[in-house]
Amino acid sequence: MNDTVANPNSNSVPDDHHGHDHHQPSGLSRWLLTTNHKEIGTLYLIFSFVMLFIGGGMAFVIRAELFQPGLQFVDPNFFNQMTTMHGLIMVFGVVMPAFVGLANWMVPLMIGAPDMALPRMNNWSFWIMPFAFGMLLSSLFMEGGGPNFGWTFYAPLSTTYAPPSTTFFIFGVHLMGLSSIMGAINIITTIMNMRAPGMTLMKMPMFVWTWLITAFLLIAVMPVLAGCVTMMLMDIHFGTSFFNAAGGGDPVMFQHIFWFFGHPEVYIMILPAFGVVSQIIPAFSRKKLFGYHSMVYATASIAVLSFVVWAHHMFTVGLPVAAELFFMYATMLIAVPTGVKVFNWVATMFKGSMTFEAPMLFSVAFVVLFTIGGLSGLMLSIAPADFQYHDTYFVVAHFHYVLVPGAIFGIIAATYYWIPKWSGYMYNETLAKWHFWLSFIGLNLTFFPMHFLGLAGMPRRIPDYALQFADFNMMTSIGAFLFGTTQLLFLYIVIQCARGKGEPAPQKPWEGAEGLEWSVPSPAPLHTFDTPPKVD
Amino acid sequence: MPSVFAHIKSWSVFTCLLASLFIPSLSSADLALNMPKGSTPVSEMVYDLHMIILYICVVIAIIVFGVMFWSIFHHRKSKGHKPANFHESTTVEVIWTAIPLLILIVMAIPATEGVFAMYDTEDSEVDIQVTGYQWKWRYQYMGEDVEFFSNLSTPKEQILNQQSKGEHYLLEVDEPVVVPVNKKIRFLLTSNDVIHAWWVPELAVKKDAIPGFINETWTYITEPGTYRGQCAELCGKDHGFMPIVVKAVEEPEYLDWLNQKKQLRLAELAKAAAEAEQTWDMNRLMTTGKDVYEKNCLACHQAQGEGLPPVFPALKGSPIIKGQIVDHINIVLRGKTGTAMAAYGPQLSDAEIAAVVTYERNAWGQNDAWKENKGETVQPADVAKLR
Repeated sequence: MNDTVANPNSNSVPDDHHGHDHHQPSGLSRWLLTTNHKEIGTLYLIFSFVMLFIGGGMAFVIRAELFQPGLQFVDPNFFNQMTTMHGLIMVFGVVMPAFVGLANWMVPLMIGAPDMALPRMNNWSFWIMPFAFGMLLSSLFMEGGGPNFGWTFYAPLSTTYAPPSTTFFIFGVHLMGLSSIMGAINIITTIMNMRAPGMTLMKMPMFVWTWLITAFLLIAVMPVLAGCVTMMLMDIHFGTSFFNAAGGGDPVMFQHIFWFFGHPEVYIMILPAFGVVSQIIPAFSRKKLFGYHSMVYATASIAVLSFVVWAHHMFTVGLPVAAELFFMYATMLIAVPTGVKVFNWVATMFKGSMTFEAPMLFSVAFVVLFTIGGLSGLMLSIAPADFQYHDTYFVVAHFHYVLVPGAIFGIIAATYYWIPKWSGYMYNETLAKWHFWLSFIGLNLTFFPMHFLGLAGMPRRIPDYALQFADFNMMTSIGAFLFGTTQLLFLYIVIQCARGKGEPAPQKPWEGAEGLEWSVPSPAPLHTFDTPPKVD
Repeated sequence: MPSVFAHIKSWSVFTCLLASLFIPSLSSADLALNMPKGSTPVSEMVYDLHMIILYICVVIAIIVFGVMFWSIFHHRKSKGHKPANFHESTTVEVIWTAIPLLILIVMAIPATEGVFAMYDTEDSEVDIQVTGYQWKWRYQYMGEDVEFFSNLSTPKEQILNQQSKGEHYLLEVDEPVVVPVNKKIRFLLTSNDVIHAWWVPELAVKKDAIPGFINETWTYITEPGTYRGQCAELCGKDHGFMPIVVKAVEEPEYLDWLNQKKQLRLAELAKAAAEAEQTWDMNRLMTTGKDVYEKNCLACHQAQGEGLPPVFPALKGSPIIKGQIVDHINIVLRGKTGTAMAAYGPQLSDAEIAAVVTYERNAWGQNDAWKENKGETVQPADVAKLR
């Protein structure tokens, strides 16, 4: 990389090492050595797509086993490995890398920067990921199997009682954390230093704002997760007793530490999706985003509140009554800024001039279904009722409603919205509409009955269940197979764009879209904004 | 691990899918849609809170989605609607910040009362210590000298689909916990190994059982009946197979049961003492040992002693079994720290431990393979010496 000469035309950013396109390495080393934000963004998105199918395959195993009562396909221990890995992969391998990929592609384009601030670190952040997940997945094939203690890996089940492969799980988590922290530093540095002249903070697109706030959350909590797994490592191998009651340790402390990371983490997974739909809804309503300022403040208050609500995941561990009440009130409070965001989206659509191309369909579904997930979250915040909801399928329904039509639909909407810019070709709108409706039906068929299962008393993370839960489980499984299979259609649509099949995309394919990303040609050339644009 | 995938045959999934479309059960079955109201003051309070917040959510959803879908139908380009120009309004934004806040404050009042009610464990009339084990519950009636373990009683054949499933499939136990109605019952929860959670939906009682901690919760049952629940915190392999059955009866019946239980326990102690004096022959040790093994050891060490290595090591042919009897008895009595092996000293009598150790050393064809073990018995007296 160092042997390429500085681009003589690049007078705005003196440390641009890329040089002309024809000096780029080709083949595999192009991707291994790239420091270009667009290429790294593509790598992240491809990685996330691959992991989506691996994590989805695990969901398939889970739903096949739960299709009927009794043990049919897998033994309970392997079932536990599937639920654990499904969660870990979807959280750390799909949602987070996909958003980092979107940030890589779009943040520089949206703020008029030529690249990310720290391009080499960017390369490193990405290339850690395949190794982290290679290590994590390989643990499935080790003696004793992979992690089987749930994605929340509560001690002492994950320490004293864990399979030997847990050490690999711990190093995998360390690597992912390293990658996330570096990615977050890069995004903050880029946004704070490389905005085009005239783009003040309060003129930034919402997607940039939500990512800026997300990046601060990442820097704050990923080290906490690293500390948590390091303590596990010490307990397992070096005779400490952080979480071992027999040695004077405290298993509840594990949960406090984990959820101090874990709750901001769930906002890390949703805030960028808020940003995406805040771009798309105004574009397809042909009307400015309603309440831009309150959107920014609401996002910031959600982020701040996310640090003081963690123990609502622990209402049944026997917290002191004062703590129980504090965390209940704080959690209820989150409904206010979240409500503001939903009302703002609806007010943006109100009296607009709407069309419903695929990005808009997914965004509208996002608003509806995320709100359902948010409302069940409000129910969960009521501590006495949570004693009944906790650790049941009601919780499973809740977080899948905020993560699947929330985070995942946000990512899909972003892909349809920006893929003309990435690939230079329009996606197939008919197929995309099929993709939307099949996904919409499939996911509601999967996750809505889970509310009933949970209320009727089905605990989560069980491989077999009592007979009264049989019908809804069968519905859920059918929905899951439909939803999962439909994503192959998404893969096909994306591949068609990447292969250049389809209408060539104009510079600005969406009538109502605004932003600097639409001022560069489609597909976006490797280097954009060598000279910063002027923002008035 | 790939071997398990071999079981998943696409055709069988497909057949199931097809079959499900024609099974009328979806429409005819009595589908449980909502939280049970239960039969305690707390469960009714929780149910009411749940219904209030649910209705509030439904109303909010109807309003928000109503406005949204109204816009979607009317404000579309295909109908020639021209976009308006507004993009902020302080008044509206203050209103829709304030109204949710007010709703939340109104909601917080009964919720706070509810929390205080659930935390009030004072003045209980019956105290029961509940201890979670991988994967069963132990109940000790405080001050009554009554204690027992409660295991899943659903036969393995039903779980493996070799028999048709019973009415209370996976929600039935060998020994339910019996409690009186119209008495305040306090549960003290702890765990012997990992974290479990003791949950009975109809009592609205759910509390984590955590090693090194004692958690308190309580109930006051007004209706006699059988209440079923399950462990609610992932606790390892058989998390799905450690149900809870609470049998609530009128007080006289409860006292009778308690007395019977005490008599039974005395008789058992006397029997154990008598058995401990005897010298047991191989046959008796092996028969008793098999029962004890299946109830206590099989979940981890498996039917043929093959274990689930490396977390649950194999017994068959292992150094423990080939080695000294004393070490073998000790590990059963005291467990092994830093592993999942629990101490069975407090759970089993001398005769039972003698029998299970004998069984482990002679079963699974080992008396042929290792001739030096053949006919080697362990007597209750050998165990008593090591206690």
